[in-house]
Formats: sequence, C-alpha cells, structure tokens
Amino acid sequence: MAESQRTLISPAVLARPRGKALYWGAFALVMVVFTLAFIGPLYWMATSGLKSSQEFAQTPPTLVPGEVRPENYSEAWSVLDLAQLLLNTCVYAFGALAFMLVFDVAAAYSLSKLRPVLGKAILGAMLATLMIPATVLVVPQYLTVLDVPLVERNLINSPWVIWLPAVTNAFNIFLLKRFFDSIPRELMDAAAMDGASPMRTLRSIVLPMSRPILGVVSIFAVVAVWKDFLWPMLTLPDPSKQTLNVGIYSLGASVPENQLIAALAIASVPTLVIFLVFQRNIMHGLTAGSLKG
Amino acid sequence: MAAPTLSRPAAPAKGRPAGRRRASRESFGRALRRNLTAHGFLIGAVLCFGLFSWYPMVREFILAFQKNEDGETVWAGWSNLSYIFNDPAFWQAWRNTFAFTGLALLLGFAVPFAVAIVLNEFRHGRAYLRVLVYLPVMLPPVASVLLFKYFYDPGYGLFNRVLETFGLPAQDWLQSSDTAMLSVVIAATWMNMGAATLIYLAALQGIPGELYEAAELDGAGLFRKIWHVTIPQTRLILSLMLLMQIIATMQVFVEPFLLTGGAGPENSTLTVVQLIYQYAFTFNNYGSAAALGVVLMLVLAVFSAVFVRLDRSSED
Repeated sequence: MAESQRTLISPAVLARPRGKALYWGAFALVMVVFTLAFIGPLYWMATSGLKSSQEFAQTPPTLVPGEVRPENYSEAWSVLDLAQLLLNTCVYAFGALAFMLVFDVAAAYSLSKLRPVLGKAILGAMLATLMIPATVLVVPQYLTVLDVPLVERNLINSPWVIWLPAVTNAFNIFLLKRFFDSIPRELMDAAAMDGASPMRTLRSIVLPMSRPILGVVSIFAVVAVWKDFLWPMLTLPDPSKQTLNVGIYSLGASVPENQLIAALAIASVPTLVIFLVFQRNIMHGLTAGSLKG
Repeated sequence: MAAPTLSRPAAPAKGRPAGRRRASRESFGRALRRNLTAHGFLIGAVLCFGLFSWYPMVREFILAFQKNEDGETVWAGWSNLSYIFNDPAFWQAWRNTFAFTGLALLLGFAVPFAVAIVLNEFRHGRAYLRVLVYLPVMLPPVASVLLFKYFYDPGYGLFNRVLETFGLPAQDWLQSSDTAMLSVVIAATWMNMGAATLIYLAALQGIPGELYEAAELDGAGLFRKIWHVTIPQTRLILSLMLLMQIIATMQVFVEPFLLTGGAGPENSTLTVVQLIYQYAFTFNNYGSAAALGVVLMLVLAVFSAVFVRLDRSSED
C-alpha cells in the first residue's frame, strides 16, 4: 500500500539521482534523530539504573556504565516494595477493566439494541460528561468518594475508588454503541425468533462479532489506570495501597538516585510491553476512534 | 463489511414506522418486560455515572457557592468568586495557562503535523518510526517527567551537555522563571505528541494523490502544495485536534506538578488547575476550588463555542 500511494513529493523527482540522494539523506537523518530522541531517554534510564552513585553523578556522563550494578534494580525492588506496588496496580487496572467491560458493554448493548424508554436521554447525559473538563470534576469527585451517597461509605484507600469511576467512560460507551449499531437487526431478530434471551443474544452473537472493538477499549482502559496519577494520589494515600506511579513518586526523594531510576525503568516495562504486543490494535483504535467519530 | 451499509442508511427512513408498528402490536406486558430487561442492562453504568459523574457535576456548582464555617457548611453567595478574583495568584495562573497553551500549540500542534508530513513521504521504516513516536505516550508520566528533570539539571543534565557540544550557552531550564514554562512545554510535547502524529498520519494517507499531481501541473512547489492541498484536505481533523488540544492543555496539571513541584520559580509554572489543587488540597478551601473550577469550565465552554462558530464560518 505504501508503495502505490502518491504523496507530496512526486515519484518522478524521487527517481532522479539528486532526488534519490536527498531522500536517503533525509531518511538517514530522521532515523538517527528519532532514535536518539525517543529511544535515547529509555536507554539513559536503563543504563543509569545500572550505574553506581558516583558514576551517575559524574560529568561528563558515561555512555556505557563502567561498572555494571544490576543489584540497583533488586535493591530498588525491595526498598520501594515494588512487588506490592505492582500487585496493587494490577489489581486496580484489571478490576477497572472488568467493571468497565461488564457495565459499559451491557449499557451500550441496551442503548443500541434493546432501546429502552429514555435511552436517548441517558446516552445524551453520558455523552454530556465529555464536555466537562475532567480536572474540574476532581474536587467534587474527591468529596463524593469521601462519603458516597446512597451507600454512605468512605471509599478512600479501597480499590472501589479506582474501579467504579473507570466505568464512567462515555467515550467507550459511544465507541461500543456505534459498533453494536452496525450489527444487522436481522441477526438479532432471528435470534429472538429462536427464543434466545437478550443475554443469550449478547453472549453468542454480539460479543463474538465485537472482538476488535472490545480489544481496543480494553487496552486503553488498562493503560489509563496504569498511567493515571492525580486521582490515585488523592484517593489512595495509604503507602501499602498505592499505585506504582504514586508510590515511586512519594518515596522517590528517600532513595539514592540510581535506585530511583532503576525503579522508574521497572515501572515503565509493563506498559511498554503492552504497547509492543498490541501496537497494531492500539494504533488502529487511535485512528478509528478519532477519524470516524 | 456489508453490515453498516445495509442497516445504516435504511434506519432513518424505515426505522420509525416499523418501530411504531411493533410498539402498537406489542402488548403492555411485553413492552414492560422489554424495558425492564433493557434498564437492567443499563443500571450498572447509570449508577456509576450518577455517583461519579452526574452528581459531582451538580455538586461542583453548589460547592462554588458554599463555604465551611467552624465545620459547618453554609451558603457563601458570591464570596468564593470574589475571593479568587482578588487573589493575585489567580491572574498569574491564567497568564501562565495561556502562555502554556500558546507555547504548547506552537510546539505541540505544529511539531506532530510536521513530523506526520515527513513520515508520510518515507517509503521505508515507517512502522519503526511510528512505534518510536508513540513510545513516550505509553510511559508512565512519573517516569518520563523525572527523566526530563534529570536532563534539565543545570549541573550534570544531558541537555546542557548537548548545548555545550554545539557551542551554545548553558541554560537554567526549570530553575529560572524565564525558561521554566518552556521547559515544561518541551517535556509535555515529547510525552504527548505520539497520538496526534499518528492521527495526522492516518489523515494524510487519505489525501488523493491526483490532487498533488494537479497542483504540480499548475507549477506548485513543495510549500504551495502543503498550503493548497495538504492543509485544506486535512482541515477537518486539524481543527478538531486543535480544539481538543487547547482544551487539554488548558487543564495541564501533571507535568508542571511533577517537574517544578507545581508553582515553579516565582510562580512561573503555576497553572489554573494547579491553583484549584492548591485551594482544595493544600488550604482545604473546597469552595474557592470549586468556584475556580466553574470559571475554568465557563472559559473553556465560551472558547469552544467561539471556535466552532469561527470554524464553521470560515468553511463556507
């Protein structure tokens, strides 16, 4: 596809010797600059975590660590209790994913296929939340989780404070509903004719057809919890309950710098792995959600 | 693939009468059962939205007119608003926020578009370059921000090393009120440009090649082709992204909070959301925080309305 596409610079120009030289020159420059700009910091992080404290503070910095100290990583792991933080973050992220999937898929299915009374109004009210700047709501949301109405519980330091707000993602409901809308009515009617309940139809017809969109919203849900900072910092003050991000941030000043950087490198691995494994889905979801939306 | 074309166009024309016929045929009991099931599927999401979105939205406006007196919540009238308008930090925060937004647009809006245009020309290594630009988006912000903190260090930081090798004067970066905001913007651009770049790249691939050929026949050079073909063809996505980016950057919090501890030298990186955070969580003054939140919301709403109006009129 890339070969056949006609872009800004005409193929005729590129075929000339001068055009070829310019193309390869620019290409080499971009490859080098981009690799330095985007892999460079990661390389710096991984290697600085391996250096000794003296070598880390040394100017000019060494490109390759002279004395490799992998024990920085294991010390950071135990001093910052990264195992606990990692476990917490996994519990928050996958719990949030589970709640988001169950409630948002059910809601989108209901709005798209079951069409209840007031369905349009409910969808409108959900989409309206996209218009309110998220940071403005942090203060009233915080006051709300201190004393949740109806159940009268304080959710601070409990995983619910991450799980339940993760459901209120109007954009996911919008994406899911739009996908469900494209599933032909006839299929649903045929299932109903055969006596399938709405739940059965959802399970055996809608969900299997929706795998691509479910994958996209799932990845983004997990990554969102993993990257979030302000909300978990406010609502999970107990050090043993913190997320990886907040935990490293709040203990960061108390450990040597090379250990702190080793901890950051460890904290960066999970999302980078998610990205490298699912990059196709992530990039597809990114452009699908914005271009057609 | 045939599914959307089959069901979509038919829906507005046939959907309504068919639905009405079904409704009239449907007995009351069945309609009730259908609605109960449908609302059963909705209830989880509706409860979450109610508790964590809709109720806080309403509460934000109520809080803005309340204050805490000796542990009791009382009506405050306009006093929260007059308090924030008389706070010198309020105007400083707005100036900084606009400065940040302006700088972030110069860098954060122009750079991804330029990068997308360049990447779109390459016939090789595109997959690799795309992965590269998106990498920082996947890093936890705490990691990328602390990395930049080390790079910006005037003493042993990497950036001053690089400037030195090119014979340029060393900078104080985050430590000077002149360059602190710019430093925050550079870090934020690096962290966030991946998504915008990929979206522009997808938009550029949708431009029909014949348009460039036609422009060349008219003797257009590189920059005229960009100006007369590339930009008009991606106008819709460009203006949408511009609006989204302005709204996002006006709410910037994490980057200045982690880079400079919030306010920065001489309050030079204090932003509006930073000030909301200070009111609420440093001074426990939720009323003023909510009042400032309402002001921010109104500014963004007015801004979006004006933007959409201008955008529409320039389209005709």
